Amino acid sequence: MIKYIGRRLLMMIPVMLGVVLLVFSMMYFSPGNPEDYILGDMATIEDKEAFREEHGLNDPFLVQYFNYLIHALQGDLGTSYTTKLPVWDEIMERFPTTFKLAVFSTFIAIVIGVSTGIISAVKQYSIWDNISRFIAIIGVSMPTFWEGLMLIILFSVILRWLPSSGFSTWRHWILPAITIGTHSASSVMRMTRSSMLEAIRQDYIRTAMAKGQKYSVVIWKHAFRNATIPVMTIIGLQFGRMLGGSAISEIVFSIPGLGNLIINAIKVKNAPLVQGGILFMAVVMSLINLLVDVLYAYVDPRIRSQYVSNKAKRKNPVAEEKAKEGV
Amino acid sequence: MAENEKPKAVLARKSQLKDIIHRFMKNKAAVLGFVIIIVLVICALFPAQIAGPDYTEQNLRNRYQPSSSEHILGTDELGRDMFTRIVWGSRTSLTIGLASIMLACSLGVTIGLIAGYYGKTVDNILMRIIDVLMAVPNVLLGISIVAALGNSTRVLVLAIGLGSMPAFARVTRSAVIMVREMEYIEAARATGASDGRIMWKYILPNSLAPIIVQVSMGLATSILTISGLSFIGLGVPAPTPEWGSMLSSGRAVIRDYPHIILYPGIAIMLSVFAFNLFGDGLRDALDPRLKT
Amino acid sequence: MSDNILDIRNLTIHYVTDKETVRAVNGINLTLKQGESLGLVGETGAGKTTTALGILRLVPNPPGKIVAGEIFYKGEDLLKKSESDMRKIRGHEISMIFQDPMTALNPVLTVGEQISEAILLHQNITPQEALQKSMDMMELVGIEGIRHSEYPHQFSGGMKQRIVIAIALACDPALLLADEPTTALDVTIQAQVIDLIENLKKKLGTSLILITHDLGVVAEVCDRVAIIYGGQIVEFAEIAMIYNNPKHPYTIGLFGSIPNFSVKAKRLKPIYGLMPDPANLPEGCTFAERCPLATDACRQGDIPNIEIEPGHWVKCIHLGV
Repeated sequence: MIKYIGRRLLMMIPVMLGVVLLVFSMMYFSPGNPEDYILGDMATIEDKEAFREEHGLNDPFLVQYFNYLIHALQGDLGTSYTTKLPVWDEIMERFPTTFKLAVFSTFIAIVIGVSTGIISAVKQYSIWDNISRFIAIIGVSMPTFWEGLMLIILFSVILRWLPSSGFSTWRHWILPAITIGTHSASSVMRMTRSSMLEAIRQDYIRTAMAKGQKYSVVIWKHAFRNATIPVMTIIGLQFGRMLGGSAISEIVFSIPGLGNLIINAIKVKNAPLVQGGILFMAVVMSLINLLVDVLYAYVDPRIRSQYVSNKAKRKNPVAEEKAKEGV
Repeated sequence: MAENEKPKAVLARKSQLKDIIHRFMKNKAAVLGFVIIIVLVICALFPAQIAGPDYTEQNLRNRYQPSSSEHILGTDELGRDMFTRIVWGSRTSLTIGLASIMLACSLGVTIGLIAGYYGKTVDNILMRIIDVLMAVPNVLLGISIVAALGNSTRVLVLAIGLGSMPAFARVTRSAVIMVREMEYIEAARATGASDGRIMWKYILPNSLAPIIVQVSMGLATSILTISGLSFIGLGVPAPTPEWGSMLSSGRAVIRDYPHIILYPGIAIMLSVFAFNLFGDGLRDALDPRLKT
Repeated sequence: MSDNILDIRNLTIHYVTDKETVRAVNGINLTLKQGESLGLVGETGAGKTTTALGILRLVPNPPGKIVAGEIFYKGEDLLKKSESDMRKIRGHEISMIFQDPMTALNPVLTVGEQISEAILLHQNITPQEALQKSMDMMELVGIEGIRHSEYPHQFSGGMKQRIVIAIALACDPALLLADEPTTALDVTIQAQVIDLIENLKKKLGTSLILITHDLGVVAEVCDRVAIIYGGQIVEFAEIAMIYNNPKHPYTIGLFGSIPNFSVKAKRLKPIYGLMPDPANLPEGCTFAERCPLATDACRQGDIPNIEIEPGHWVKCIHLGV
């Protein structure tokens, strides 16, 4: 298992190098110079030249790229052009907010999505199923930022129950978390429903029923445990997407999160912050994917046994007996 | 013998198509999606005939009007007719959506086909490239491309196309890996067909179903992304009517004139909804085994 | 009557979809004596599995529906019982062995957990005791008990079927329904599994309904045989009667399509044609389309069930032949 995780972490390295190359070249080749944005119109040509020199912007592309890489490997993501603070510190200041919001929203998504998905599958084609499927497909079709705006109109403007922006008290969390959470609840619900339907049709469900087990227990103990893998995948995917992709929702609710930070940085061509921020997100997303894969092994013994290193593996009984039976 | 075979194959394909259409038509939700798509397409093709030619006509004395007989959906912050702008907006969303998905599809399918067919090192390298694209959140990828290359329609197509491409590559690759093992591929190889011929003539046609479904789903996502990018001011440049930028300009006056937010949002939702329903219906119709 | 552990009367099960009604089981009558083995023989799609699922009331609903009939088990009609009463019978009084051991076990639970589950449901013992009992059951079916903590994918097909048998027999059921327990297995393993079932049946005094299309297995294991075709029992008799004196043309056909090494035949005699579509059963005798003796009279009305010698029932109007 540890070997597997190690191998996966190694495989992340080329991907991350690619991410850096991608973002780096996009920032490099884009028109406009950072010094124009950052120093403003008042700056003299000498000031601008000094800025370029200071940040190594006059070096050739590859030199700049490798300089960045070497620093990044040492944990130094550079300093932000605008605040002169280390990029890492800037990210770390914003990341907890984004992360908390994602955890909150994922919690909502799991509670709503998994429960409605299971009920829908068990009562396939019932009115409940039809209604919740319809709501779920509307849910994935709404732009999150629009849903956020509509919730603001309803709960902040009309009902005056909740604040519409900022992030200081728990009441500020409710609208953004609901906005992002319901959106991904719809995907979770659709996935839960279809994988539960698949699981319910399996023969082992009949075996469990034939033992005299209650239907509700059969659903939980036998069907749901087998249906979790695709559901976990989609939850992991949604969680990763929330860390990076809720940028627009952060703007709608004026939340000082990572996405908001990066978008503003892109607008002023604050390259170190953009590169650092996107690289950071990519690493976090890959780690989440890895975590989900490790969780698979926890849920499914068939996957677990693939990870067991060859030495520790009990002499493969399946292959042995298959050979014996001449399969 | 050979003469008899061909009509039979054609006949089989025809009746298969008939089956698919039949299954699709029985799915009410999918038909609803299809109808909405047709309405959208008509709006996109003939906006001038439906809502009048001038979507830029301003009337500063008539700002923020609610619905009336003159302006069915009211007017915006410059006194422009909302209905006209929404109808014209369908043209923007559909063209950019369609173009970006065509780009994503042609690139993604080619990569997926090659990766799935050759496997091993080729697969490994290509899929790592796809991983790179997938590691960057779609919205941020779009934003940085647009920020780098400036916001024009062409750049938007590129940005959204690149973001949607990985899904096509992965869907194609997994379909190809399954088809690759089929016996008719072995048979084709035995007749001495080249790799290229096997890929394009044998494997691709048999992997089409999930790709077609992905086109519909991808259109839904790309319409969402277009509106998102426009919403934060990195989408279609003004004054081209676009639903996301209409939302963005309404955001400032959300407390007083919520209708400016309401209608463009509904337009986005309905079109995304239609492509999602259509895609779901297609998947069920194309592959009844997957029907849930 | 009283020595019958099972008495099925006029059991009728349909699968109803919006497109069509599949008449899977059409008025089956069967009796099974205490401790007896009955073979239920027929082609794929004849309604064998549906009948067995009907006894346990596990016909998937929708689309399946038990339309008519009575199933008396120890004198009580199972079809009139509540669902919670049925749960006490399933796995405890009546157990079932399923056709495909590859898919009949839950891949994410250990085999020990799966056997214990049945025991815990019907016996008032602790999980530890249940696990011990599961290990005993595994030993009984010929698998080391210590392997209880392994998962189904770590066992071969034959081993999995042994575990399915262990689950079925874990609570000493009075009646065992074995649905083609060997079809999915290799030929060499088939004999082992059949021997195992036969031995355990003798040891535990269980009554058995063995569903199969293999007449050889039936001859080895069963006391009586019911031949099922198109959802109906076409011939029902003691084993010797049917083997020595098959009456129904379908039964005769079945014997004709089995190779017999003691008689040197040039070629086997297949039964021509296919089973009728159960969604569209013909009137009269369901076998008429394929029957060499069929006349117009066969294609109308109900075909009577005639007792041609004591305990030998045949559903055919051409019994003179």
